[in-house]
Amino acid sequence: MRQFCTDLMRSKAGLVGFILLVLFITVAICAPLSGLPDPTRGSLRARLEAPTWTSLFSPGAHPLGADELGRDILARLVYGSRTTLMVATSAVFLGGIVGTLLGIMAGYLGGITDRVLMRLVDIQLAIPLMLLALLVVAALGPSLQNVILVLALTSWIRYARIIRGQVLAVREREFIQSARAIGASAWRIMIVHILPNVLTPALVVATLELARVIIMDAALSFLGLGVQPPSPSWGRMLADGRVYISSAWWTVTFPGLAIMLTVLGVNLFGDWLRDYFDPKSRNAK
Amino acid sequence: MTGYFSKRIAESLLSIWGVVTIVFFVTRVLGDPAALLLPIGASPEEIDTLRRSLGLDDPLLTQYLHFLGQVLTGDFGYSYQHGRPAMDVVLERMPATTLLASTSIVLGLIIGAVAGTIAALKRGTLAELVVMGIALLGQATPVFWLGIMLILFFSVNLGWLPTGGTGSLLHLVLPAFTLAVFVSASIARLLRSSILDILKEDYVRTARAKGLMPTTIFCWHIARNALIPVTTMTAILAGELLGGSVVTETVFSWPGVGRLIIQAIETKDFPVIQAGIAVIATIFVLINFAVDLLYGVLDPRIRLAR
Repeated sequence: MRQFCTDLMRSKAGLVGFILLVLFITVAICAPLSGLPDPTRGSLRARLEAPTWTSLFSPGAHPLGADELGRDILARLVYGSRTTLMVATSAVFLGGIVGTLLGIMAGYLGGITDRVLMRLVDIQLAIPLMLLALLVVAALGPSLQNVILVLALTSWIRYARIIRGQVLAVREREFIQSARAIGASAWRIMIVHILPNVLTPALVVATLELARVIIMDAALSFLGLGVQPPSPSWGRMLADGRVYISSAWWTVTFPGLAIMLTVLGVNLFGDWLRDYFDPKSRNAK
Repeated sequence: MTGYFSKRIAESLLSIWGVVTIVFFVTRVLGDPAALLLPIGASPEEIDTLRRSLGLDDPLLTQYLHFLGQVLTGDFGYSYQHGRPAMDVVLERMPATTLLASTSIVLGLIIGAVAGTIAALKRGTLAELVVMGIALLGQATPVFWLGIMLILFFSVNLGWLPTGGTGSLLHLVLPAFTLAVFVSASIARLLRSSILDILKEDYVRTARAKGLMPTTIFCWHIARNALIPVTTMTAILAGELLGGSVVTETVFSWPGVGRLIIQAIETKDFPVIQAGIAVIATIFVLINFAVDLLYGVLDPRIRLAR
């Protein structure tokens, strides 16, 4: 852990990513403590009010402006981060569990299980993930649970592929052979002996997937198939603000910046994490 | 070699069948199109008659087999909205999507290749820092937001380019550039790291020791090897571009297949959804197939291993 921290401090990019990520999570968790106005309540007097940098701390001011219903954009951004965090982490977690388990099964059991699972992965890869997500959300109806489910569905294949490769490398090692020799069941070997050995690559995939899922969630919301109003979501804010693009640039600029910075942070940290756990690239430095 | 080919062709066909099947069953959950097609207030009998004439009251398996039989002949049925064969409606929109996707891939490859090469060969300089910084930002920027920002800047503020639609070459500039940014960011980062890896190889050192010109070394020893991961990445990006076109086409009101599919999902136009996704998936499978063949050309070792 200490090694981890020193290495992180030394890498500028990794540290920046880590800070952005922590900032995003903190904002999302602490949103109700921020004292910001209600993100779902607007006042028509503040309709499309421009950002007022000078009156940042005066009550009733809108530092980042207000949207077409007079709702405070800063508050919507802050509360929107909760939606993003919840959807993205749940989807990555769910997809990660399913993908890792199926990857272990494909790699360890081999044979027909492997062939069927990998064929499934190939078929799913033949549909562009965005189209698949759209189709399934449209079929199930846009709701928080369904969006999470769909994003997890687009996510499991990445875990399954990488974990399967890892398992193929691990399964021939002595400790697996000895476990088999003393009569451990296949399930026991997979859960007790193999799983701990593939958790690290799974964690790296999870971080990189988080970035992809955040963008995809925003895209679904943008197309009106994400979390439904009045819950604030960054993609939805972009879609709503697009209509006022010629008169109120702030309605579209800030939500996009928020998405970009979050994804940038996750990417930077994920890249660093991958290098950190990959002994090959670590020695090269 | 022939065995490998037939295996790959069989795999590709299996993938396309899988896609068509998934799409068929998922669209059945979308809801009843008969109720949507008729004006509000239509009697239950009228809805029933329409459902029967559309074949929607058959058992699901019958519908599926019937559907598969039709698909084999390229027939996806009539579009509920357009009243014409769904495949025609989709194919009509295809040129727009192909134009946008291919322009942005080519543009993105050129920008990405130049940027990635500069970053790798000028390692540790300001140039590398700037190029990689932009690439990182480019990867983190959602395409639809970049599109909106470009519209805001070039169309709304400067008034140089149209905000959307088609008609002239000028209409293509913003959407193609938006997607190209996304492509070039990924290509630049990948190319940089693969060139850096290759620079460490023994054969590059040998080539240098032989006294070959730096350009010769670059063209014959470095670039050729660096192309392999770039080829894989391009295939992946092409797939994402085809899917991502849904969003870009919406932002720029570009009349392509992506927007057509979105509209079809909204109006529950099953045949168009099925035909659209089947076409896109088929193109995607074909691209991957072509990439597999390209590997053999780029790397003789892969050709021999088959």
